[in-house]
Amino acid sequence: MSETSIAAAAEPTSFAFDPLSDEQIAIILKRYPPGRQASAVIPVLYVVQKQMGRLTGSAWVPRVAMDAVAALLEMPPIRVYEVATFYLMFNTKPIGRFHLQVCTTTPCWLRGSDDVVAACKRATGIQHMGETSVDGLFTMTEVECLGACVNAPMMQINDDYYEDLDGPRTEALLAAFRRGETPPIGSTIGREGSMSVGGPTTLTDEAALWNPEHYAAERRARAEAEAAAAAAAAAPPPAAPPPAGE
Amino acid sequence: MSEAQTFIKPTKLTIDGVEIVVEAGTSVLQAAEQAGKEIPRFCFHDRLSVAANCRMCLVEVEKAPKPVASCAFPVGEGMVVKTDSPLVRKARRGVMEFLLINHPLDCPICDQGGECDLQDQAMAYGADHTRYHENKRTVRDKDLGPLVKTNMTRCIQCSRCIRFSTEIAGVPELGGTSRGEMMEITTYVEKALTSELSGNLVDICPVGALTSKPYAYHARPWELKKTDSIDVLDAVGTNIRVDARGPQVMRVLPRLNEDINEEWMADKSRHSIDGLMRRRLDKPWLRLAGKLQPATWPEAFQAIATRLAGVPGGRIGALAGDLADAESMLALKDLMAALGSENIDCRQGGARFNTSRRDYYLFNTTIAGIEQADAILLIGTNPRHEAPILNARIRKRWLMNRLPVGVIGSATDLTYPSTILGDGAAALDGLADGSHDFAKVLAKAERPMIVIGEAALAGADGAALLAAAWSLAGKVGGLGADWHGFNVLHRAAARVGALDLGFLPGEGGQDWQGMVRGGVDLLWLLGADEFDAAQISPETFVIYQGHHGDRGAARADVVLPGAAYTEKSGTYVNMEGRVQRTALAVFPPGEAKEDWRILRAFSAVIGKTLPYDTLEALRTRLVEVNPVFGTIGSFRRMATGDAGGPTAPAAGGMRTEHFAPAITDYYQTDPISRASPTMRVCTETYSAPLMQAAE
Repeated sequence: MSETSIAAAAEPTSFAFDPLSDEQIAIILKRYPPGRQASAVIPVLYVVQKQMGRLTGSAWVPRVAMDAVAALLEMPPIRVYEVATFYLMFNTKPIGRFHLQVCTTTPCWLRGSDDVVAACKRATGIQHMGETSVDGLFTMTEVECLGACVNAPMMQINDDYYEDLDGPRTEALLAAFRRGETPPIGSTIGREGSMSVGGPTTLTDEAALWNPEHYAAERRARAEAEAAAAAAAAAPPPAAPPPAGE
Repeated sequence: MSEAQTFIKPTKLTIDGVEIVVEAGTSVLQAAEQAGKEIPRFCFHDRLSVAANCRMCLVEVEKAPKPVASCAFPVGEGMVVKTDSPLVRKARRGVMEFLLINHPLDCPICDQGGECDLQDQAMAYGADHTRYHENKRTVRDKDLGPLVKTNMTRCIQCSRCIRFSTEIAGVPELGGTSRGEMMEITTYVEKALTSELSGNLVDICPVGALTSKPYAYHARPWELKKTDSIDVLDAVGTNIRVDARGPQVMRVLPRLNEDINEEWMADKSRHSIDGLMRRRLDKPWLRLAGKLQPATWPEAFQAIATRLAGVPGGRIGALAGDLADAESMLALKDLMAALGSENIDCRQGGARFNTSRRDYYLFNTTIAGIEQADAILLIGTNPRHEAPILNARIRKRWLMNRLPVGVIGSATDLTYPSTILGDGAAALDGLADGSHDFAKVLAKAERPMIVIGEAALAGADGAALLAAAWSLAGKVGGLGADWHGFNVLHRAAARVGALDLGFLPGEGGQDWQGMVRGGVDLLWLLGADEFDAAQISPETFVIYQGHHGDRGAARADVVLPGAAYTEKSGTYVNMEGRVQRTALAVFPPGEAKEDWRILRAFSAVIGKTLPYDTLEALRTRLVEVNPVFGTIGSFRRMATGDAGGPTAPAAGGMRTEHFAPAITDYYQTDPISRASPTMRVCTETYSAPLMQAAE
């Protein structure tokens, strides 16, 4: 895959920021001192990608938009191209409405990400990573660890994490998207955060949690035991060490 | 390193057991070089920012936990460095192995072969076999224009080209896109690199990724005979090395000269050389019955002598062109004097020079001196096209101190920010009376530069503009005892030499327009192709002496074939007033001769033998005419001394129309570049779209 020739057919001929983007950009630019506005290139590219998703249903960054960013931030266009192509989070080619970013890194893979990938292929008809489904709804890409290993396997769909997946749940999830629903984000098995599946196993005593005196007795007992051990260590050592080799 | 060298903050360190003192802030690599240790490198380049991404320059530093990249590691007091320990060698071998993983083994068909940094360093650090058996990566080639050929699979991503185009050339169009295995050096959008310095990318590329397109598969470096010479396609006087094979100049490369071109070279100078093999005049021609016919030297000389008989001196004239060497101009001047003619001229551009003092027509600040300037005013000149190397020096200065640059002339991208103050002479008034904002900028500057170009000097008010520019330079403190801020930017390599010789109309002599418009019966053109030869009055008998069948030869009645700058030893004075000499790299083609010999031989035919039989004798005469010509290799910057300016003509106001650019097409300005197919392609690629846009 060469980044040199971007999909020319899909490339729009012009790009302009819409009012919402303008608003967001104004806030972003305030974070950087004057003359350093080039530092805003990543957040502004995100604004572009969001706007494209909002207006065209395909969240990507066309080249004309990169040029617009370059003009806005007063930097050479090539410097924007470099950033936009370096980060895989920026799509330099059109993508589907739902961007399935399936994690296949070791923890997810051990927990069955192959099933998730297979389910995605089944549900969307996509043959290979990086492709878009025929109906234009889904694009599947393979991503490295997204840092949600506790609830592996997982995938990110557009901006949201869906965790604790398996084949059937993945298919159900995609079917919901296809129907136009937005399934609740996070664990698909109802797990709260990254808590154990069966509920909490420690710190279960509510009363103890909020009572500062609860552990005081335990702490005192431990301190006394440590003091006694220290006193024993200060006493004369045993007459002779045990012979080596025993 | 001399004993007397002083440091602002000396730092002592030990490199391979040798103690050395260097300036604090020096990198370990540079310190090692000063200690005479060679450190291999790919990404590091003296004139570019430090990227430290090739890792080839690893050295061992005592107390450092692992090898360090010496190019990016500053020296420290008491540091102990080993540049050739077993650890260092092992580390470099590891780096080399990684570099070679994706580098193709196509050296036999690679143009870089024989002068390739990777090839050379692989001899020292490469393994004898590979441990890599997976697929190598391939990268699609890029189109960087008609001069730079790409073979991106060979790229080791040292990023020198990115840094060169961004920093030196000032055209940030190259970059590295994508990441990791997918990373590519590209313009992203397919387009030719819009720089007049793009040929230098080929020089700085340490591998065969960027090679010269016109030179592709032409020669191997070891086949070439190398001759140190001087470039004459602009007035910078770039130091070059001419690489020739047999009778043909295969390529031209820049030669290091810190005072002039550093190690860069402009594209026209580098790539016009294929014009040296085309449209050449290799035998004398004689116009018989309206058509030029081949002739012999005696026939040609006889034809001129016959026509010359009985013509009074006042009806004979001579013009010297942009590429003429000082020796032939002096011979022509002496010949004209012997014939009793005062009609000689070299200003076909129409510029009104004032030759009453040498610093009235020189680039007095000097090119290296630009690095001390703190404000520049460009009047009627576009240095990017008229002297790209000089422009790169201004950009270098701009990178150092962001100096303000004002421009009187048309708006162009000079590769550094500039302020347009106006497009004609009127803008100078506002500066002269101090009312314009930029006048305050200039006045505040300690070392201001005023640069006036041919576009301003050409015209009826040229002399007035010259005087105004000088007086402005004086007013803003540009003419101090240790700073000469008045500069004339020339375009032609021959011009300053001609002015030094006084190749100008004598007492009562006619200027070039007078001669062209029928003022003379017999006109001798010494490579004068700068004007439309059709302007010459049809009655005038024209002798064209030169090396290319260009405008002048087409109009001529007699054509005398001369030698191009690569085929003779000729003296040229660059715009700074620096005297330099070209060298013979190849012999002139066919019956063509060195130009001064032609004039000497002809003088004998008409019985007015010039008093020199050898080049040495002619050069002795050259020094007699102007001692400046004896100062080869000992250039001194002009001190102002006397701030008295050139006199302005009493009458005549300044023109109201804007300055026309002196060059509309950078790539084709002279007979050699007009004969060059490479330059024609460059014109189509770069200049034609611009000229269309301007219309």
